[in-house]
Amino acid sequence: MAGWPVARLPAVARPLGAWLKETLGDLSRPGRSDAVDTMTPVSAPPLIDSDVLERVLSASLAKGGEMAEVFAEDRQISSAILDDRRIEELSSGRERGAGIRVVIGETTGFAHTADLSESGLLAAADAAAAVARRGGARTETVALPARRLAPEHDFVLPSEVEKSAKLELLSRADDAARSAGAAITQVQVGYGDSRRRVLIASSEGMHSEDDQIRTRFNVSCVATGDAGMQTGFESIARTEGFEVFGRFAVEEIARIAATRALGKLDARPAPSGELPVVLAGGSGGILFHEACGHGLEADHIVKDASVYVGQVGEQVASALVTLVDDGTVAGEWGNYAVDDEGKAAARNVLIENGVLTDYLWDWLRARKEGRPSSGNGRRQSYQHLPMVRMTNTFLLAGKENPDELVAQTPKGVYVAKLGGGQVNTATGDFVFGTSEAYLIEDGKITSPLRDANLIGNGPEVLRKIDAVADDFAMMPGTCGKDGQSVPVGCGQATLRIGGITIGGTAA
Amino acid sequence: MSDLVALAERIVAKAKVGEEIEAYVARGHDIEVRAYDGEVESLSSATTGGIGVRVLVANGSEGAKLGFAWAGSLDDEVVESAVDEARDNATFATPDPDVAFATPDGVSAAELDLWDQSVADTATDEKVALALELERRVRAADPRIRQVSSADYGDERVEVALASTTGIRAFTQRTAAFLSVSAIAGEGSDSHTGTGFSVARGFSGLDLDRAGEDAVERSTRMLGATKVPSDRVTVVFDRRVVSTLLSVISSALSGEAVVKGRSFFAGRMGEKVATGSFTLVDDPTDPRAFAASAHDSEGLACRRTVLIDSGSLAGFLYDTVSARRAGTASTGSAVRGGYSGTPGAGCRALVLQPGHHDQQAILAVVGEGLYVQSVTGVHSGVNPVSGDFSVGVEGLMVRDGELAEPVREVTVASTLQRMLQSVLHVGVDIEWLPGIAAGQTLAIGDMQLSGS
Repeated sequence: MAGWPVARLPAVARPLGAWLKETLGDLSRPGRSDAVDTMTPVSAPPLIDSDVLERVLSASLAKGGEMAEVFAEDRQISSAILDDRRIEELSSGRERGAGIRVVIGETTGFAHTADLSESGLLAAADAAAAVARRGGARTETVALPARRLAPEHDFVLPSEVEKSAKLELLSRADDAARSAGAAITQVQVGYGDSRRRVLIASSEGMHSEDDQIRTRFNVSCVATGDAGMQTGFESIARTEGFEVFGRFAVEEIARIAATRALGKLDARPAPSGELPVVLAGGSGGILFHEACGHGLEADHIVKDASVYVGQVGEQVASALVTLVDDGTVAGEWGNYAVDDEGKAAARNVLIENGVLTDYLWDWLRARKEGRPSSGNGRRQSYQHLPMVRMTNTFLLAGKENPDELVAQTPKGVYVAKLGGGQVNTATGDFVFGTSEAYLIEDGKITSPLRDANLIGNGPEVLRKIDAVADDFAMMPGTCGKDGQSVPVGCGQATLRIGGITIGGTAA
Repeated sequence: MSDLVALAERIVAKAKVGEEIEAYVARGHDIEVRAYDGEVESLSSATTGGIGVRVLVANGSEGAKLGFAWAGSLDDEVVESAVDEARDNATFATPDPDVAFATPDGVSAAELDLWDQSVADTATDEKVALALELERRVRAADPRIRQVSSADYGDERVEVALASTTGIRAFTQRTAAFLSVSAIAGEGSDSHTGTGFSVARGFSGLDLDRAGEDAVERSTRMLGATKVPSDRVTVVFDRRVVSTLLSVISSALSGEAVVKGRSFFAGRMGEKVATGSFTLVDDPTDPRAFAASAHDSEGLACRRTVLIDSGSLAGFLYDTVSARRAGTASTGSAVRGGYSGTPGAGCRALVLQPGHHDQQAILAVVGEGLYVQSVTGVHSGVNPVSGDFSVGVEGLMVRDGELAEPVREVTVASTLQRMLQSVLHVGVDIEWLPGIAAGQTLAIGDMQLSGS
């Protein structure tokens, strides 16, 4: 239950390989973790010297590979959990290593190592290059350009903050949540920070580094009433340092989580069947992440495993829909300077006024199509191959007033906060869950509803969006795909879907 | 093996006066091959290792304070700094009389052979060939299969050593191999997906035919699926789906969730929470279970625990700390998410006492209803605290006791409490699946189907 504290947005069904690793359990990836106090300034020496990188890349190509890449990572994580009124766990962790890939034709070889010495890297290079043995042996000398340095920033680094200051936040949030109402019977508060330094070098002249600082805070509450228990959750998650707590009051995060749980104590079962749905601004944006975001990832496109194949230039959504994926939005959870292939993050317009303009690309899929990457090659860690991923995906705001939009809806469901979602990109069918929702009756928000999933088909639902308001807001999430989790942002203003199936129990 | 145990013991030996230390040391080797369009799309191989260290510092009558640190490395220098960091973290914890490490409790560990050397001994070429053959077969199986988006072979060897100053010494090792394939069937503009897989301890236990046939059947039989009108229905859940459902229910049977008031089972011990045909057991000592283990993640012997007995709530799963909070003893049910995680209470091998019918017979008895082949949105639509249950489903209508037309883009909903009281049939068809629960066909009455 102690999962990653940000709402999850798993994408496609988890492949078995990843599942096995998780259930075998003994070596799975950090879910919650940690911080060792050995911080390096931005101008620090690189994780691997360029002459070592050049020799390792050259060796990687010696068996005939066409492209070789070293991805090095040093990640320090710290987390703390307050549960049942106690600081239950303060955890620190560190993971450092490199993944090496060698590409020949349509085949990728990959190996990783926690040993960043030249001999350790050469051994991994040898393992990754094993796939290239059909190629002819040759002598390749890779010369790297100057390193593109991580951008400077003035974040308060996690290592510069006393542990006691982090823990104080937890107690304050606990107090605030419990004082929201006597029916609050349990509170769990989580804090986490991470610093992730990466270095990417390839035989195609990539030589970039990045230094990513992330901070998150979340509160989960249980409220108990006559009809049983209900839960409420709220979080913030930013690609920034500890200074975020100057802008976000933890008491407010706690109050929102508690109010959400309390409000559902009187909730009635959600309706069953098709109704208009109004999604509040910032309620999740998960709609677009699932309804089309995953389906626009080029790995699904090149394999003809998406309903959006061949649709560029076509009207795939209501004219009110302009969808953007933008890894450059400062501070957002899905932000970075360069992706995990060294390519600079970019603002990519995917759907403009309802017309599909482009897909999302990483290096491998872009190479197949003879075009540049869109800066969307990401990986969970050095132990994973990169693939096409979203960053911050959002619908541009419209012009309507959100209150009027509700007033113009005689009967429907108002979703104030979404949970997670999931999509099958090949069929376009997707679900997303509510964690705070209400009935709309006669244009007014009325009874709270118990949690339920909504189900729809991406292309159909996108065409049914009939109103978009002007109150844009973002929300963080953790996106899972093919067994890898990465931080993402989702955003949207209040909008209405003309009709979608609500999976409640009330007739 | 011996080097991991030795490392765990070296860490434990660093304990100072007034301190307890527990070390968890893990190492794994894995390989994964993905075939696509007759070629190897990717071949990955790796050795990973890491440690998790917990330090418990005595704090007088108030109890003890716990700190944790982990590192993705087995190097001595990294290990040293992890111990220091865990020790430092402990100074900030709230003192707690219930926080303690496991101590040997006299229960002897089952002798389980979970290691199949064929995983290590089989040449990479053979593994690659198997993935390619799986892909080729699924593509050739049916003209309506228009894509095989991935066909994977993977295996893993995992070794874990645990030691503590409280007398724990445990070593476990296990292997696993798997095949999985995702097919897309198409007719006109209609497309549907189906996955098939096979898991085994070793290379030789894999069933390529089964994995391929499953993917083909599950994708092709969904062709022509439509959304149906909302209705109250009896739902027959496929074995794979039941494995997922049991896993979700099990989080409400964790002693930790119960003692912290986060389970709808809290305070209901002995009560009738399910129909009489429902008996749920966690037995990690059954070697057929995918996550079988001789020791739990605190080094105690794993053991059989009856959770629901003929419909009555009979037990919860405890690790050491949750057991102390509840005033009982650990059931040897500590689990953790690898070296970077701390232990909590959870199940490893859930299984229902089998009923009398297989899937076909259950369909015949049910007569009319909905057969669910797969579910989506379990993480967003099933709440083990409130019990609310709402998931997206794909499947086939059941008419006259047989599978009929395919259905998509609908949900089924109820509450977990109500579902347990509405179990009509438990299948005899136990299948040990990857994960923490076996699969068995399950029929549940009176669920709300939401569609058009």
